[in-house]
Amino acid sequence: MSDIAAPRHDGLHDGPHEAPHGSPRGTRRDFIYYATAGAGAVAVGAAGWTLVNQMNPSADVLALSTIRVDVSGVAVGTQLTVLWQGKPVFIRARTPEEIEAARAVAISDLVDPNAENANLTDASAQATDQNRTTPPFSPDGSPAADDGTWLVQVGVCTHLGCVPLGQAGDYGGWFCPCHGSHYDTAGRIRRGPAPRNLLVPRTAFVEASVIQLG
Amino acid sequence: MLKTLLVGAALALPLPALAAVEGEVTDYAFPYEGPLGAFDTFQLQRGLQVFTQVCAACHGLSYVAYRTLGQEGGPELPEDQVRAYAAQFTVFDQSLDDGQGADRPATPADRFGASSLSNAPDLSVMAKARKGFSGPYGTGLSQLFNGMGGPEYIASLVAGYDEPPACAPADAPGYYNVAFSAGYYPDSCRDEEGEPTTPGSWIAMPPPLADGQIEYEDGAPNTVEAMAVDVAAFLMWTAEPHMNARKTAGLTGVLFLSVLAVLLYLTNKRLWARVKKPAAAPVTRG
Amino acid sequence: MSGIPHDHYEPSSRPEKWLHRRLPIVSLLYDVVMIPTPKNLNWMWIWGVVLMFALISQILTGIVLAMHYQPNVQLAFASVESIMRDVNGGTFLRYFHANGASLMFFAVYMHIFRSLYYGNYKTPREVTWIIGTLMLVLMMAIAFMGYVLPWGQMSLHGTAVITGLFGAVPFVGESIQTWLLGAGAVGQPALNRFFSLHYLLPFILLGLTVVHVWAFHHTGNNNPTGVEVRRGSKEEAQRDTVPFWPYFVIKDLLALVVVLIVFVAIVGFMPNYLGSPENYVPANPLKTPPEIVPEWYLLPFYAILRAFTNDVWLVIAVDWVTFGIIDAKFFGVLAMFGSLVVLGLAPWLDTSLIRSGRYRPMFKWWFWLFVVNFVMLMWAGAMSPEALGGWIPAISLLGASYYFAYFLVILPILGVIERPLAPPASIEADFAAHYDAQTGGTHTIPTPAE
Repeated sequence: MSDIAAPRHDGLHDGPHEAPHGSPRGTRRDFIYYATAGAGAVAVGAAGWTLVNQMNPSADVLALSTIRVDVSGVAVGTQLTVLWQGKPVFIRARTPEEIEAARAVAISDLVDPNAENANLTDASAQATDQNRTTPPFSPDGSPAADDGTWLVQVGVCTHLGCVPLGQAGDYGGWFCPCHGSHYDTAGRIRRGPAPRNLLVPRTAFVEASVIQLG
Repeated sequence: MLKTLLVGAALALPLPALAAVEGEVTDYAFPYEGPLGAFDTFQLQRGLQVFTQVCAACHGLSYVAYRTLGQEGGPELPEDQVRAYAAQFTVFDQSLDDGQGADRPATPADRFGASSLSNAPDLSVMAKARKGFSGPYGTGLSQLFNGMGGPEYIASLVAGYDEPPACAPADAPGYYNVAFSAGYYPDSCRDEEGEPTTPGSWIAMPPPLADGQIEYEDGAPNTVEAMAVDVAAFLMWTAEPHMNARKTAGLTGVLFLSVLAVLLYLTNKRLWARVKKPAAAPVTRG
Repeated sequence: MSGIPHDHYEPSSRPEKWLHRRLPIVSLLYDVVMIPTPKNLNWMWIWGVVLMFALISQILTGIVLAMHYQPNVQLAFASVESIMRDVNGGTFLRYFHANGASLMFFAVYMHIFRSLYYGNYKTPREVTWIIGTLMLVLMMAIAFMGYVLPWGQMSLHGTAVITGLFGAVPFVGESIQTWLLGAGAVGQPALNRFFSLHYLLPFILLGLTVVHVWAFHHTGNNNPTGVEVRRGSKEEAQRDTVPFWPYFVIKDLLALVVVLIVFVAIVGFMPNYLGSPENYVPANPLKTPPEIVPEWYLLPFYAILRAFTNDVWLVIAVDWVTFGIIDAKFFGVLAMFGSLVVLGLAPWLDTSLIRSGRYRPMFKWWFWLFVVNFVMLMWAGAMSPEALGGWIPAISLLGASYYFAYFLVILPILGVIERPLAPPASIEADFAAHYDAQTGGTHTIPTPAE
């Protein structure tokens, strides 16, 4: 640039982008500019990320995304409804009759053949009764024998979001009064406008009588 | 201009209020002091123990959630211990009993309770709400070098109970404390100009600690002073739970900006070289 | 812009031409960024960019803080604690915003002192100066209202004191104070409206910044010599100036980063040093803190406010002459606002024909005394009146008197009686003398070329 050694430069055209004649001098000179611009970009990026990340759920919100529910007081044949992430969750200890009724249903009779269970690794698992229940507590983590007693599902109708009534409907399960959706004893949609079975959220027994949601 | 820089430095000396600190505050050393300091996890756990067994009887900690006892940079209790700790306490939950509300055991998501005694202040941010050092003469230099001194004040107060001076009446309300300056002070102990002859004043809180009152599991010293320092450190954590992360971020920022400053300095120098010495400008190799 | 001949933007490509015909925004931005700037600007010219950075970052951090803050007397303190404890990065964001106000005031005081020393306020830059004074007043209002929001003891009681100032206005004072507070005392209505205004006013300030920049772009920047850029021709102008981009953008960025190193160190290592511990005590209207002290940057004006007690002869005289309408309290209020008014009047009070203090040997002493006095007033504003054997009121009065005397007496007289040195013939000459390779960069001023 300054090999023309003229005392006056208008400065307008010898900005940092002008590499003289593509010589190695040019790339070396440009290195400091690129390094500075790069470091500046990192600084701006760090600041920008801080401003954006603060909108992600804060610690107190995250703390409520997982709750523990003591189900020791839930007798067989009764249901506990808890509020979780702003939605009702039905925790039901089913009677043997309800379990048998659920297991007697053929998959082909179901409106929604998908298990709708967030705990299963296979997202396309079928909606058998065994795929919908929560197995009891296993201290060493190995799969425990599941007799199908515990059914945990989000109590929000998959049609338009009303809360279904328990022990109601033509299939002995739940009935949504808003538009007449009938769910069976495994919470699967059998008749009515709802497209999907009641969702089973991420849930597991973490102690003999304590279920963790989320 | 050097003069301007000096003025700038003078302007940079802020002038916090000269508090009426006639109490004696000992400058205890804490592990988290200084730009590279960090909380001592075990000290925080000991302080939590002191708080739980002694202070929580009257004082609240209502901005602190139990779950934070397990988070990084704090007492770092394991998850199951946090749950067990929280479960010792009950909270009133309005959503229970069909909206009527009922008591239930606390979960980690809940916060510590409020003070059970009306004149026992909540201690969540007490370590930042008090100043241990000031001056000299309002220049703010003491706080600049020693820190604000909130935890030092707390430790000095908790350990600062003393025999009342002979000049004091027998029915003086409260307990004589050499660090506490905002309480009752009898006229019988003032000199001709009305100035106190002894440090401190009378505080309503009875001495909360006695030597050996608490047994630490790790066998750490449990004199009044040691426990006072431990609980003060714990209260500094409750006031500023993210201090470790804040200092790390500050250090990272300062180091990175220093690198950026060097790069900008070189860029600036190269840029201006052709303006400053156009004839003598080095025909640079770039 | 600025009357200095320079190359203008010429749209070259078709998209550029399309846009330029409909909205010449690229041309406008080009002229702004490439404005010929005196090449001898020294490091005291960086503060404008620091201020711009501070304002933008305060707005950004403020907007994100407002996503979590609750302007309700029951919830405000707790919401700020929630920001510190639960929000991702909340601790740093809150401390950045709180200390950012200090950064902004530090920069603005340096910026103002620079202008006072080098005569930036003198003709033809009076309007830039007036706008700047308005911006300072706006900054003070914004900072004051922001300090209320955490709803600590100082927030509440400091507001009571400052809104009490308005109550000092004769006849209509109480109505004004009630109107401001929306109630008889500081409480929920005050907190809510201060939050609203604290969000709004920085954007007004941003607008004033644009006008401020427009104004000094129109006149052209001043420079340390006070000698104007030669505008006879483009070639002549290019001997005195360099384009703002890239020379001063990079130089200012360097200075900004150095300033930020100090700022980030404060935010990271001592974020509560500049504040008051009392504000970590939730607001209690029934209990007044032992001392009520504003933030450090308002202290000089607070000292001026408190200096005029009812045993000062001037106050007594004015009280008598106005039949008690202007009492000591109102006098103090008038003095405080008057100190800002008198600052704004500097262009007309300074009679000197020489712009820059560099060439005004008598002026220099008075100026530096003004700076020291300002710092002393800052110190006195924090001290209780009984401290130091009761000398504080006298010191404050002395400081306030010198502050007013500087503008009302010293500046007018100095211009008449002073014998200034001769400024250099041109900016080019000054720059060359500073960077003369032969003389090794000594700071000699060459004799003006005839």
